[in-house]
Amino acid sequence: MSAPLNISRRTFLKATALVAGGLVIAFAIPQAKRFLMPGADKASASPDASKLPAPNAFLRIGTDNTITVMLAHSEMGQGIWTTLPMLIAEELDADWSTIKVEHASAAPEYAHTAYGIQITGGSSTTWSEFDRYRQAGALTRALLISAAAEKLGVAADTLRTENGFVVSDTEKISFGDLAETAATLPTPTSVTLKDPKDWKIIGKSTKRLDGPEKINGTAKFGQDVQFEGLKTAMVARSPVFGGQVKSFDATASKQMKGVQSVVQVPTGVAVIADNYWAAKQGRDALKIEWDLGDNAGLDSKKMLEEYRTLAATAGLPAAKAGDTQAALAKATTVVEAEYVAPYLAHSPMEPLNCAVKISDDGCEIWTGTQMQTTDQSAAAKILGLKPEQVKIHTLFLGGGFGRRANPAADFVSEAVQVAKAAGVPVKTVWTREDDVKGGYYRPMYLHKAKIALGEDGMPTAWEHTEVGQSIMVGTPFESVMIKDGVDATSVEGVADSPYLKHIPNYQVSLHTVKATIPVLWWRSVGHSHSAFAMESLIDELANAAKQDPLEYRRALLKDHPRHLAALNLAAEKADWGKPLAKGVSRGIAVHESFGSFVTQVAEVSVDKGEVKVHRIVTAIDCGLAVNPDSLKAQMESSISFGLGAALFSEITFSEGQVQQSNFHDYQVLRMKDMPKVEVYIVQSTEKMGGVGEPGLPPVAPAVTNAIFAATGKRIRNLPIGSQLA
Amino acid sequence: MITLNINGKEEQLDAPDDMPILWALRDVMQLTGTKFGCGMAQCGACTVHLDGQAIRSCVTPVSVAAGKKITTIEAMQDDKVGKAVQAAWQEIDVVQCGYCQSGQIMAATALLATNQTPTDADIDAAMSGNICRCGTYPRIRAAIHAAATKLA
Repeated sequence: MSAPLNISRRTFLKATALVAGGLVIAFAIPQAKRFLMPGADKASASPDASKLPAPNAFLRIGTDNTITVMLAHSEMGQGIWTTLPMLIAEELDADWSTIKVEHASAAPEYAHTAYGIQITGGSSTTWSEFDRYRQAGALTRALLISAAAEKLGVAADTLRTENGFVVSDTEKISFGDLAETAATLPTPTSVTLKDPKDWKIIGKSTKRLDGPEKINGTAKFGQDVQFEGLKTAMVARSPVFGGQVKSFDATASKQMKGVQSVVQVPTGVAVIADNYWAAKQGRDALKIEWDLGDNAGLDSKKMLEEYRTLAATAGLPAAKAGDTQAALAKATTVVEAEYVAPYLAHSPMEPLNCAVKISDDGCEIWTGTQMQTTDQSAAAKILGLKPEQVKIHTLFLGGGFGRRANPAADFVSEAVQVAKAAGVPVKTVWTREDDVKGGYYRPMYLHKAKIALGEDGMPTAWEHTEVGQSIMVGTPFESVMIKDGVDATSVEGVADSPYLKHIPNYQVSLHTVKATIPVLWWRSVGHSHSAFAMESLIDELANAAKQDPLEYRRALLKDHPRHLAALNLAAEKADWGKPLAKGVSRGIAVHESFGSFVTQVAEVSVDKGEVKVHRIVTAIDCGLAVNPDSLKAQMESSISFGLGAALFSEITFSEGQVQQSNFHDYQVLRMKDMPKVEVYIVQSTEKMGGVGEPGLPPVAPAVTNAIFAATGKRIRNLPIGSQLA
Repeated sequence: MITLNINGKEEQLDAPDDMPILWALRDVMQLTGTKFGCGMAQCGACTVHLDGQAIRSCVTPVSVAAGKKITTIEAMQDDKVGKAVQAAWQEIDVVQCGYCQSGQIMAATALLATNQTPTDADIDAAMSGNICRCGTYPRIRAAIHAAATKLA
């Protein structure tokens, strides 16, 4: 951990000249490991540090002692507004009360250290920035010490740093007083990071830095962007995906007070008005004739029947061992089941919005986005500009969950089109109905499994067929993420399941259906449906083998210590095996995703068909927990998000149209439905994983397994809804 | 023009009678602390107080507020209960994305103004109209209990 880093080779560093009277630290990214975009490795591994643009800064020390940390990622609730500054402050020995935070601009230098593009996703921010942000702190500390050594006329090694000061035996100088001198000094070529035993901040629960402004209403989200001359736009989109405007009559709209203009854009008809209310009324008054196109007959019930037909045969191979068919043919006990998970909307609390101002030589965009450079490129292409002529201002995201990371840059592109057509700065706003009906859903998936059990009750053959839409087809990530026709995100959690590794015969295959419903990653991506299928199936097997669900998992996972650690800790804290209150039953599920291992034990009762989840005990091994309370918050959050989906949420189609519209018919979890949640962290020095998503996949199966324990009824279709009534 | 009392001040607004209070606050008065979430009183992000009562400002036209007092998140620091609720929110580190929290705080403050010792069932009843997609519910519950204790 404390080995010196050769910065000149691995991390090009530059302490740039004074910016706003202080010290700016900037450096290019280390060699990336897993690039999402073909060619991204070449684009981001710039060999010439002197070419780094001025805003490429991770850290700025003002002469007033403020330390501003620039976030290469977006704050959408997950807490990196605090966690990333903790990394810098640790190495810098900063005074925590002087830390300020800003979202960085969109620039290649802020590319994800592992994915090669600027993105917040994959539960990856903290582990992927763990070195880069600590290095930024350590490098700055070294420069400040050099500056103090010069000022005091002493050797650098006689100085130390403490809470925002460089300290000698007799004097102390604040970082702010050293910032200007530090900015003139040669850059160190290596730094030594602290030994973990010396950490004062990392590993300690630290309160959110964005707490106060989110409590008093001053935090600014994209929706809150206002400036002189900015108009509000609302777009009427086709009621069927892929439909086009045939003709429209805006006479009534244009007569509405506050409506400025009505323009056609590629996605529909936009009403530009003085404010939201006028835009909404103007849009309601539009008369549009649509060419509904090929999807006018879309019906999700029929789609599911087609999925069933497809699942009767094997799809493209995703994982294989032994001879599954032969083993199944001679087995005496075979468990067969089908699991279905529906289309889901992300529905973040802040509906989508994007403000755009086009000028003669560029464009400015204000929005909450998880994918700055992708949005930047899309805007530049529409306007015939170079990407660097498009300035992206990232505001707080009122929730993301994947919806604000769109390879198609849908809501940003549309806003740019509206601003271009209208000729004035506009903020395009979506209603909740637009959000629920607007697509980019978690795709519907069907899992069909046929599993043979040996005499000891353990699986000997496992045939698993999946059917669903790919989220990667047609995106720039297709060539990286789809191999031999199999989208890795479609089969994650199945093809790489630890359970299969101990079964001599298995065969996982995938049918990727063509469909024009826009789909996207939704918190925990493929794991959001695969864990439901896999952990339910394991429960079915345990039941068929007449074994305890916990013991059955322990036996199958005996060579997977991190699964076991999470399993054992949760089981212990949940008093697995001990009696519960009358009518309450337990269910358990364990799943690895995004490098973390999570077990949940759910306590559930079913009364007159109504499911009540009383308590969920969860244990996670994510390696080092940088901010333990923030990790706990993410577990609570994932449980709430996943439980709401499991209990209530689904998007369905009939006659081409989405049948849900707002929170009354696209239901999500509310206070009254929230169980008591207990979070336990496995003390671990293993590789760091993520925490934003891994708490979600086990929720649905833990709850449905508990429902089985309570009622004997196996829930194989989500949402649970009224299936028990 | 309509005259509204917003956070203790009489304000003249150029807003049509049917404009929901939410948009009068946000787009006319530039008071953006109150949030839009659903537009049909389903999520509570737009919760403000009208004469001390929690209301959904996205479906309440400005005409209803004439002669009454509108109080928003921006004035909670001057309200005894509101201030205690905000302090409890900070102490328990409730927020995540933060978008729904103005509405949550307004709903919690209205609850505690009339019920000094809310039970979990009281909290369920008063707060289930306020959706939080980040799932801060356990912390909201804890913060309401903490604020109640502080106010006692």
